[in-house]
Amino acid sequence: MSGPHILRLALQLERPAFRLRADVQLPGTGITVVFGQSGSGKTSLLRCVAGLDRPDQAHIAVHGQVWQDDKQGVFLAPWQRPVGYVFQEASLFPHLDVRANLHYGLRRAKDADPAALHEAIALLGIGNLLARDVAALSGGERQRVAIAAALALRPGLLLLDEPLAALDAPRRQEIMPWLERLRDQVRIPMLYVTHSVDEVARLADHLLVLSQGQVQASGPVSQVLAGLQPPIALGEDMAAIFSATVQARDPRWQLMQVQFGDASLWIKDGGQPLGTAVRLRLWARDISLARSRASDTSIQNLLPATVAALLPDAHPSQVLVQLQCGGQGLWARITARAAQALELQVGSAVWAQIKSAALVG
Amino acid sequence: MSVLLSPDDLRSVALTLELAALSTAVLLALTLPLAWWLAHTRSQWRTPIAALAALPLVLPPTVLGFYLLLFWGPDGWGGQLTQWLGLGRLPFTFAGLVLGSVIYSLPFALQPLLHAFEQIGRRPLELAAMLRASPTDAFFSVALPLARPGILTAAVLSFAHTVGEFGMVLMLGGNIDGQTRVVSTQIYGHVEAQEYGQAHALAALMVAFSFAVLLYLQWSRAAKARGAP
Amino acid sequence: MNFTSLFFSHRTLWALAALWMLGMHGAGSAAEVQVAVAANFSAPMQKIAAAFESQTGHRVRTAVGSSGKLATQIKAGAPFDVFLSADSQTPLTLEADGLSVAGSRFTYATGRLALWSRQADLVDAQGAVLRKGNFSYLAIADPRLAPYGAAALEVLKSLGLWPSLQARIVQADSVGQSYQFIASGNAELGFVAWAQVQAPPQTGSVWLVPANLHAPLRQDAVLLQKGKSNPAAQAFLPFLKSPQAQAIILSYGYAIDP
Repeated sequence: MSGPHILRLALQLERPAFRLRADVQLPGTGITVVFGQSGSGKTSLLRCVAGLDRPDQAHIAVHGQVWQDDKQGVFLAPWQRPVGYVFQEASLFPHLDVRANLHYGLRRAKDADPAALHEAIALLGIGNLLARDVAALSGGERQRVAIAAALALRPGLLLLDEPLAALDAPRRQEIMPWLERLRDQVRIPMLYVTHSVDEVARLADHLLVLSQGQVQASGPVSQVLAGLQPPIALGEDMAAIFSATVQARDPRWQLMQVQFGDASLWIKDGGQPLGTAVRLRLWARDISLARSRASDTSIQNLLPATVAALLPDAHPSQVLVQLQCGGQGLWARITARAAQALELQVGSAVWAQIKSAALVG
Repeated sequence: MSVLLSPDDLRSVALTLELAALSTAVLLALTLPLAWWLAHTRSQWRTPIAALAALPLVLPPTVLGFYLLLFWGPDGWGGQLTQWLGLGRLPFTFAGLVLGSVIYSLPFALQPLLHAFEQIGRRPLELAAMLRASPTDAFFSVALPLARPGILTAAVLSFAHTVGEFGMVLMLGGNIDGQTRVVSTQIYGHVEAQEYGQAHALAALMVAFSFAVLLYLQWSRAAKARGAP
Repeated sequence: MNFTSLFFSHRTLWALAALWMLGMHGAGSAAEVQVAVAANFSAPMQKIAAAFESQTGHRVRTAVGSSGKLATQIKAGAPFDVFLSADSQTPLTLEADGLSVAGSRFTYATGRLALWSRQADLVDAQGAVLRKGNFSYLAIADPRLAPYGAAALEVLKSLGLWPSLQARIVQADSVGQSYQFIASGNAELGFVAWAQVQAPPQTGSVWLVPANLHAPLRQDAVLLQKGKSNPAAQAFLPFLKSPQAQAIILSYGYAIDP
């Protein structure tokens, strides 16, 4: 279960071609990814939390401090909110060098702590960039500096608005490890807006899904993705994303065993020490079902599971089967004919045959 | 054999430079906040005020000078106001010329500034707000530095425009030595009195000066583009 | 016969054309004279031009300006036939440059200087207000550019008032602008041409400056080279000396050479 809720967000934004309505409570630790397609309102949501846009009706409270309450006429100006914001692009001052950019906020924040800046520089690995001009930085370096500048102020909440969207694929890959370090080492809650399924998979502890200005789902990522009300597909296929622990290692075959609940899988050895928590992603297309445990098959990851729900899929020939396995919700996509042949119904005991499982992040 | 540039002429040069410098300073102080407001406001007053500020562009300077003479004279509201405030009257004074120059050169200062602020856009200011800078702080620490080329252009244009001012000074000045005797009317007077040598000398001096200023501007712009600090 | 064919028949057209040409030229073949006239004389010039046109049938076009400006334009080749200056110096320079016809120069009017204020009680009939000094600005035309300005300066110097009043002098670029400074009240009083406050008569107070306080304001006219073979130009200058023209000139407050 997540920590105490710290972000209470109830807002309403009406514009000529757009409308946003949200009423959620978000947790005080970890990264909450706000996911949606363009036009879903995710950036507007973030900007409203920061105070950069003003919704028509809102109640925004962070760590018990009310930042905005239109019923009581409270509105904390954006520069007074203890928030850090990383913009998608143009995230640094072009007329200052890196060092000056990093010091800009420190000179203005009331409770500035230079130690925080040093920590941020070390965390994002930008120590060698300090004397550079902004124009001389690569896209990834620029975003790292921007994140450091925001972190240096020890904000109560860090907001990231699609920080990787303006980067090309190589730069995104380059910066991803730094974001994962951020997730692992920084105790500040973060709201991370993206439309990338990959970023959800790699970074999200909690997931807020927006579509056309409405909240579709909100909660821990594994629950949201496994959930039925409604079933959330972030990409082309359903996937289950959840945590597991490295349990054992088979050096002869370069495999390692990861455990979740009472279930375990053998996957490619990623080198993580025993006991480390890792994230797994299992695509619905990679899971097939059988009534009995197969013996002479190349698929070695065979897990007992229970059918929790049967859903029609996009094409009438397919069905989506929601499974409970090792305390997690998984998805399997099979043909409708197979479902009938196996006489699957809610509660049926099956064997989940997991052809491929991969770590994310 | 008279010296080509008489003390009278040289004083008029000094006065012109003083007039241009003071007018430019006043103009920048006025137009910086105005341009800022115009660039960011969503008020319905934006359009009429922007049009009003552009009006001196289409007014013949002689017309402007004439109506200022009447407006600031004893019969006009402006003159009655200045007298009531104990400021005397503005025609025939250096102060009157400064004020007239400010009106006359307003669009030349406003347009480059407005353009510069619009070019900056909202992002740097939002960034400043997210780094704990109040709007006033952001104006001085972010907007002004980023607008520096535009500010320089506005200053140079206003200065040059004021140096070249003629019709308005002719109407409003009274040609008082040390107060309102500027280079443009001096040159005109020399031509009228058929003192062509002196007219040529003064004109040449002003052209050389203006050219030197523009040359310096171009050089510094090129140096900046090359990446010199 | 319908109206249209009457209107457009060839004979009618020719008749109309002949009438039109007659009307345009009057008695004899009519020409046009271009007159450059000093600003202070522009009002009487209008009346004189009208009289000249109705008497001779020639047409008059006037260009008004300061004597200095007009002279400069003439030197640069402006197409004037006749030049009516506000002084006697400027036509001399044109003669020296060979731009005017020798022997054609004569004084067509003599001007008088006036000290005028639009305030009814400021200027007394002896001009003592200049000594009293109860004013902020005194307007004169630029002495370099306008003979009336030079005359005003002479008056101030001969009265010994120049040093004390110098700081309060505003210089207009012409006697017309001097008038404007005074009429708008920006200068409480100033020196203008007597003719300017005579016709039409102005309100306020005025001092007709005694002619012995300054060199005579002789206004000379010359025939320019361009007008040498222009019948209208040749007729205009003698017309200026005619009783008809002289009456007009006198009525505007100028004096005539006997």
